[in-house]
Amino acid sequence: MKVSLNWIKDYVDIDCGAKEFADVLTATGTKAESFEELFAGIKNIVVGTILSTEKHPDADRLTVCQIDVGQSEPVQIITAATNVFPGAVVPVCLDGAVLADGTKIKKGKLRGLPSNGMLCSIAELGLTINDFPYAAEDGILIIKEPCRNGQDIKDALMMNDGVVDFELTFNRPDCLGAIGIAREAAASFHLPFKYKEPSYKATPSAGRTEDFISVEVKNTALCPRYTAAVVKNVKIAPSPLWMRARLRAAGVRPINNIVDITNYVMLEYGQPMHAFDAGYITSKKIVVRNAEKGESITTLDGGVHALSENMLCIADGEKPVALAGIMGGLNSEILDSTTTVVFESANFDRSNIRHTSRECGLRTESSGRFEKGLPPCNTLPALERALELVNLLGCGDVCEGVIDICSADIGERKIPFDPKRINTLLGLNLDRAEMEAMLAPLEMRAEGDVLVVPPYRADMERTADVAEEVARLYGFDKIPSTVYRGTASGGGYSGAQKFRQALKDAAVACGFYEIETYSFISPSAYDRIGLPADDARRNSIKLLNPLGEDTSVMRTTALPSMLDAVAYNRNRKAEKIALFECATVYFPAEDGLSDERKQLVLAECGRGDFYALKGRVEAILDACGVKGFKCSSAVECGFHPGICAALTKGSKVLGVMGQVHPAVAAEYSLAADTYAAVLNVKEMFECAEKEKQFKRLPAFPALTRDLALVMDDALEAGTVAESIKKSGGKALESVKIFDVYKGAGVPDGKKSVAYSLSFRLPDKTMNDADADRAVANILKVLEAEAGIALRS
Amino acid sequence: MKKQLEEILGSAAAEIDAAESEQALKAVQVAYLGKKGALTAILRGMGALSAEERPVIGAFANEVRAKIETEIEEKLSRIRASELEERLKNERVDVTLPAHDCKFGRLHPLSQVEKELCDIFVSMGFSVAEGPEVELAYNNFDALNAPADHPSRDFQDTFYINPEVLLRTQTSPVQIRAMKGKQPPIRIISPGRVYRCDEVDGTHSPMFHQLEGLLVDRDVSLGDLKGTLEQFAKLYFGPDTKTRLRPHNFPFTEPSAEVDVSCFVCGGKGCRLCKGEGWIEILGSGMVHPHVLENCGIDPEVYSGFAFGVGLERVVMIKYGIEDMRYLYENDLRFLSQF
Repeated sequence: MKVSLNWIKDYVDIDCGAKEFADVLTATGTKAESFEELFAGIKNIVVGTILSTEKHPDADRLTVCQIDVGQSEPVQIITAATNVFPGAVVPVCLDGAVLADGTKIKKGKLRGLPSNGMLCSIAELGLTINDFPYAAEDGILIIKEPCRNGQDIKDALMMNDGVVDFELTFNRPDCLGAIGIAREAAASFHLPFKYKEPSYKATPSAGRTEDFISVEVKNTALCPRYTAAVVKNVKIAPSPLWMRARLRAAGVRPINNIVDITNYVMLEYGQPMHAFDAGYITSKKIVVRNAEKGESITTLDGGVHALSENMLCIADGEKPVALAGIMGGLNSEILDSTTTVVFESANFDRSNIRHTSRECGLRTESSGRFEKGLPPCNTLPALERALELVNLLGCGDVCEGVIDICSADIGERKIPFDPKRINTLLGLNLDRAEMEAMLAPLEMRAEGDVLVVPPYRADMERTADVAEEVARLYGFDKIPSTVYRGTASGGGYSGAQKFRQALKDAAVACGFYEIETYSFISPSAYDRIGLPADDARRNSIKLLNPLGEDTSVMRTTALPSMLDAVAYNRNRKAEKIALFECATVYFPAEDGLSDERKQLVLAECGRGDFYALKGRVEAILDACGVKGFKCSSAVECGFHPGICAALTKGSKVLGVMGQVHPAVAAEYSLAADTYAAVLNVKEMFECAEKEKQFKRLPAFPALTRDLALVMDDALEAGTVAESIKKSGGKALESVKIFDVYKGAGVPDGKKSVAYSLSFRLPDKTMNDADADRAVANILKVLEAEAGIALRS
Repeated sequence: MKKQLEEILGSAAAEIDAAESEQALKAVQVAYLGKKGALTAILRGMGALSAEERPVIGAFANEVRAKIETEIEEKLSRIRASELEERLKNERVDVTLPAHDCKFGRLHPLSQVEKELCDIFVSMGFSVAEGPEVELAYNNFDALNAPADHPSRDFQDTFYINPEVLLRTQTSPVQIRAMKGKQPPIRIISPGRVYRCDEVDGTHSPMFHQLEGLLVDRDVSLGDLKGTLEQFAKLYFGPDTKTRLRPHNFPFTEPSAEVDVSCFVCGGKGCRLCKGEGWIEILGSGMVHPHVLENCGIDPEVYSGFAFGVGLERVVMIKYGIEDMRYLYENDLRFLSQF
């Protein structure tokens, strides 16, 4: 909200520029977004009166003017403008002047004659036709305001002002006008607040308001207060310069005196107003009611809106004449021909205004203010101020009496005042009188242990609220910083959190880059990874109002997001890709919320085969203390049916890994050598070693035996290794597979797998005979179980 | 015989000196010390000597043998050293050729910053609390004192699962769960994902990250909040960092403050990062609203507390000079590998 400093000065004697004003109010809680000294760039432009004009002897289109600029001698300026004449009062750029857009003006010669400056138009002053309705758009500004020759143009045209743009918080609707900001300024600068109750004179001959209009409020919940007054014999005209200047500073376009008065009051009191042409109010009746089915309204901007029954409208005896609090109807617009005006100053329910405004797609200065929840105590003073301005501008005769239908509580309120608790909450030690002095400019006063707060401060409810007022006016910067010691309460990371961090660190060490993907995905992602139609993972939590189909369900697997990321990088010509995400997945839970689980998803391409991924997955698990798990072939959607393994420990499934299914890879445009793993963090954590225990290093040497075993091709080498372990006796320390061979010397349908067995005893050196006996037993068992024999 | 021995010593020394290779040296060794060597032959002839001469000559012969052995050994190590030197001259790699691939990955910058912030607060005695992202509207709004008709509750702003359940719009409901779960003292931070109905652009994302802190105990004051945040700012942004609290309004705190830190690029003089202001807005904070304490069954007359929250994306973007938030979710390796 833009606020003019000149306007503020009506209410408090500040003596500072826009920057200081912005800084001081920001420090006390009214946050300035930006500030500006208006027309700061304009220099050396003054008022002048043209004494004489004559044609340039050598140029048909140029006029030579002699101008009185308040100096002993007139200045000669040559202009191409055609609207100049002797006696015209004009803005004169003297030598060295700077225009609004930064252009510098220097004296020079035009076709042989000296020209000591330039005359300028409104555009060159940075103004528009709205600011000076009488100005010629393509000529020199002929000034009609009272001024004197030589006067600085910024003074003459009331252009000297500072503007601060405030961002107001939800709790302070009372600050939505210049008066509210001035009150804050008075408290912040420690100056008196000079508010004057508006007073106006009615013209008895104009009659009484009730003679022209009656008001009925049918929905007092949505309209807690409605005040109205009538002005007769209205003379529509432009408003005076001072009013136009302030409207312009606040960013509002001047229109005509009556409309400008409503805007002026809104900017001053924060209370939106509306003016109707009474001539178009059928049956002289204003009814505040919900719209009826089928009704519509054409608003001032020309928009046609079908109304629904939950929208509040201002109607006359027949039809809606305004969309309450948002915009007036075109049917009762103030026109140049208007002679009788009804001023409305009302209070409306903020949510209703917000919803109607949103449904109609119509946001205005007025609706924006009502949405913040305006104080109902403000409607009458605002109306009276409008009438005072009518008097001041002499633009009509005010009828006697105002209509005020009020169901709102507009009295002062009492809340607890507890200086001791306030000091405790703030870490201060102020005495009661200091606090009272700070609160006084905000029109709050202490009466014993009670604080009386003004009606426009609905946000003031309890001690914490008073503490905030004290803190911000005392100055947050002056509150001493302390460190709370208090009770020791543990702190730190949980075991599960540490485990997750370890997983991420291990994945990084294995060359994977962490990614961040959205938690919501498209339901079609399940099709793309080939999830069967009846798979439980298709039962996702759905958003009621997603941004789009692509982000409409909470994922139950993070694999699709991962494959998208791999594809994204592949499309950008990355050759080696290795990514991971410690992702949350969401399953519907019985309590109506979600069962949120963490998955460690890894994917890579261009980094080797299945065994490369397997090695990295094992390394990550090993680094995190997950040991002794089993790797067995598995079938899982999304993965190649023959190149996929499940990792299990006991009954716990730790995850799956494998080559991405060629059909899925094609779907995502991935390379054929794309491998992925989806690991369940909770299950891995449950299996992980919580405490590490040192094992003594072996004291005696090991004995190794290498065996080449011929077996059916379909047999898994790892399964045979398990059989070897089982039958190898206590001394068998490890079994390692080091070669797989098929071809000459090995029958078709068979393969030869080479195992290296290591035997070791804890208390003595293993001897050959014992090792040979163990090997013999292994071979006997393998032969019997699976027809496996030593390769000859 | 002694003379013979002296001659052997002399010629051996000459031959050792002349030997250019390990092989040649070996031949010298065999020629003198081997079974059929010259010295061995002399020693075999010892038997012919008298009992007086034998020990004298024997001792001398041993001395000669030791000398030859020593010389051979010394020569051998010289030969080996020069051979090694010769070999090393020919063994060269082009160190500018690319390395074999052995790269670490990287944590996402959001993860890195989250960890850095958590570590600081953990060092200050906070524990890390987590809560569900699919959350009750009550915990996300009502319990946090959001007015019933607050615009943030609208469909246009919040993702709903049903009218009572939503995707949390802030990590604050974790505070509610923490306070409902136990009486003070409470000292937690809660990092996590949050969601709002914002279309993706340079400064918005429908999903982003926050980190919030909460401390509730007896007689906790605004001064304590200030002190805690100042300490944090110094630890994270550097020891010279200044902190500024500006009064603000949040439904769940009263008093509330926005927190700026002095710009860590220009030190407060004004630069592009801080848009000339010298300060960077970084946090929202305040004293926990008494309504919120009451909603969680904590007596605001006995206990008070402070809370603060920071947007992780904002910190990441400020810290690394990232101007467009979309980079954080595109997962481009050329981006990820920079951190």
